[in-house]
Amino acid sequence: MTSFLAQVEKITPPEIAYGLIAPVLIVLGAACVSVLLEAFLPKHQRWTAQLLLSLLTIVGAGGSLIATAVGDGFPPQGQITLAGTIAVDKPAIFLWATLLVLTFGAILLIADRSVEPGGAFVAQAAIRPGTVQDRAQVAKTGMQTEVFPLTLFALSGMMVFVAANDLLTMFIALEVLSLPLYLMCGLARRRRLLSQEAAVKYFLLGAFASAFFLYGLALLYGYAGSVRLSDIANATAGTNRSDTLLFAGFGLLVVGLLFKASVGPFHAWTPDVYQGAPTPITAFMAACTKVAAFGGILRVLTGAFADTQWEWRGVLWAVAVVSMVIGAVLGLTQTDVKRMVAYSSVAHAGFLLIGSIALSPSGLSGTMFYLVAYGFTTIAVFGVISLVRNADGEATHLSQWAGLAKRSPVVAGVFTFLLLALAGIPLTSGFIGKFVVFTAAIDAGLTPLVVIALVASAVAAFFYLRVIVLMYFSEPAPDGPTVTVPGAFTTIAITLGAAVTLALGLWPDFVLDWAGAGAFIF
Amino acid sequence: MTPTYYLLLSALLFSIGAVGVLVRRNAIVVFMCVELMLNAVNLSLVTFARINGSLNGQVMAFFVMVVAAAEVVVGLAIIMSIFRTRRSASVDDSNLLKY
Repeated sequence: MTSFLAQVEKITPPEIAYGLIAPVLIVLGAACVSVLLEAFLPKHQRWTAQLLLSLLTIVGAGGSLIATAVGDGFPPQGQITLAGTIAVDKPAIFLWATLLVLTFGAILLIADRSVEPGGAFVAQAAIRPGTVQDRAQVAKTGMQTEVFPLTLFALSGMMVFVAANDLLTMFIALEVLSLPLYLMCGLARRRRLLSQEAAVKYFLLGAFASAFFLYGLALLYGYAGSVRLSDIANATAGTNRSDTLLFAGFGLLVVGLLFKASVGPFHAWTPDVYQGAPTPITAFMAACTKVAAFGGILRVLTGAFADTQWEWRGVLWAVAVVSMVIGAVLGLTQTDVKRMVAYSSVAHAGFLLIGSIALSPSGLSGTMFYLVAYGFTTIAVFGVISLVRNADGEATHLSQWAGLAKRSPVVAGVFTFLLLALAGIPLTSGFIGKFVVFTAAIDAGLTPLVVIALVASAVAAFFYLRVIVLMYFSEPAPDGPTVTVPGAFTTIAITLGAAVTLALGLWPDFVLDWAGAGAFIF
Repeated sequence: MTPTYYLLLSALLFSIGAVGVLVRRNAIVVFMCVELMLNAVNLSLVTFARINGSLNGQVMAFFVMVVAAAEVVVGLAIIMSIFRTRRSASVDDSNLLKY
């Protein structure tokens, strides 16, 4: 026995920079604690405990992130840790901070119980919709508090996703962020059938897309003999390996990523899921998944495929055009506010993809700035959407929004401001975001694409303005919806989103500098 | 026997899975087709591990299995909940969300 053990090669455990990955560990640890709270606390105490834990987690993770980023121990460009699987560099730190703040806002929306008595989530998801028990639980003021641990798990997945330095880590993180989202989509208190349908669609299409991502991973492993981004990049630099494996692998991998980012022709799930999911979850999904997915796309394109960009740039060029056109044109025909915002997100994904394929430092910082701007605006948009309600829950049909300014000038004013930000009107963050992304794209030789993007923005501006006109210049219907006066949580979330949208429109320098502070390391 | 045949088999299985997802009506069968796609990937990973002469691919196959198992847990829960409401697992019946 001993002689056998002596022959076994000693495996040295990898170095782990605990300080650098502390924010992720805090979120993951808290998610596990949160599951335990769910198991051991009596029902009436769970909401308070879960909310406190989630918010403290975000604050704690944010604190440790700041301590890491400004501390002496942080290497100037960042550091790769955990045996080369996680790269904690300047863009990763930036995206982590963005994800944490956006999730903070989303958790406030999720926890809100003033807009809908008991919260936007069903009290008992296992009860069948439409039954006697189900009608009884509408009046109950409990909620399925499992939403909080699920949110934290999804957040941890997103944080790993944007820092993943190899494709396998990225795949696991993709699943860790997706699986909780599939579940959370099906937990709406009102219109439960729609919500469950959204969950099924998201799940089936999401699993389909992750299978593509995985096959891409396998082919790239066959090509490069490794799934580390730097090894793939080295393999592409002048070898006689099979190009078929490389480009088939790249294509499949990118399909999986573009699906998550709800880009262009891979957007089929977006409108349905955005409409069916509970609105706070839609806010979380729209803002944070977009940040995570584009963080991953930026890292993969720069890290592994920068040398082959002349081969694939045309394809992603076309995808960006399709995405912008679909988003802008189909957005025009929508009659539901949530679906309209979903198509707007498809158009925005096209703009973000332009910045991503520029593959330059200014493209990186511009795209990341755009993500921040878009994320905060979206959180606030869905916060406002959750306020306009009638007896059946949220009144999302556009005709119900007619004359809203007469019922509630403040809400209509805030919503107008947010729509203008989505359209990219100056003095909002949306304008600065588009400006930096398009400038970077022109510098990278993508001028025709920018021209198409400007036309698409103009078309998209029409459907934002249509809502504004509807709110201000139409007579309110007599049986129209009421605007709920939000409690503290929703108010804080909307204020946070709107304030950041305004602040980034007026003083973008700080965030722009921070976004441009460093590059990816591999 | 060259490893290429295994790659071709895996590509074939992946395609059967992908076509199955697109044409089948029952959500459970659609989901099984996704699982088929994941397992086709496992076959390629193991074959590439053999071709490259490294064990990494085989380890990755374990990761994929764990993810597939987690996906089954979540997926069947979601499909079950909608099945109990509608008494059908057909994806064509889920047609409330459109336009």
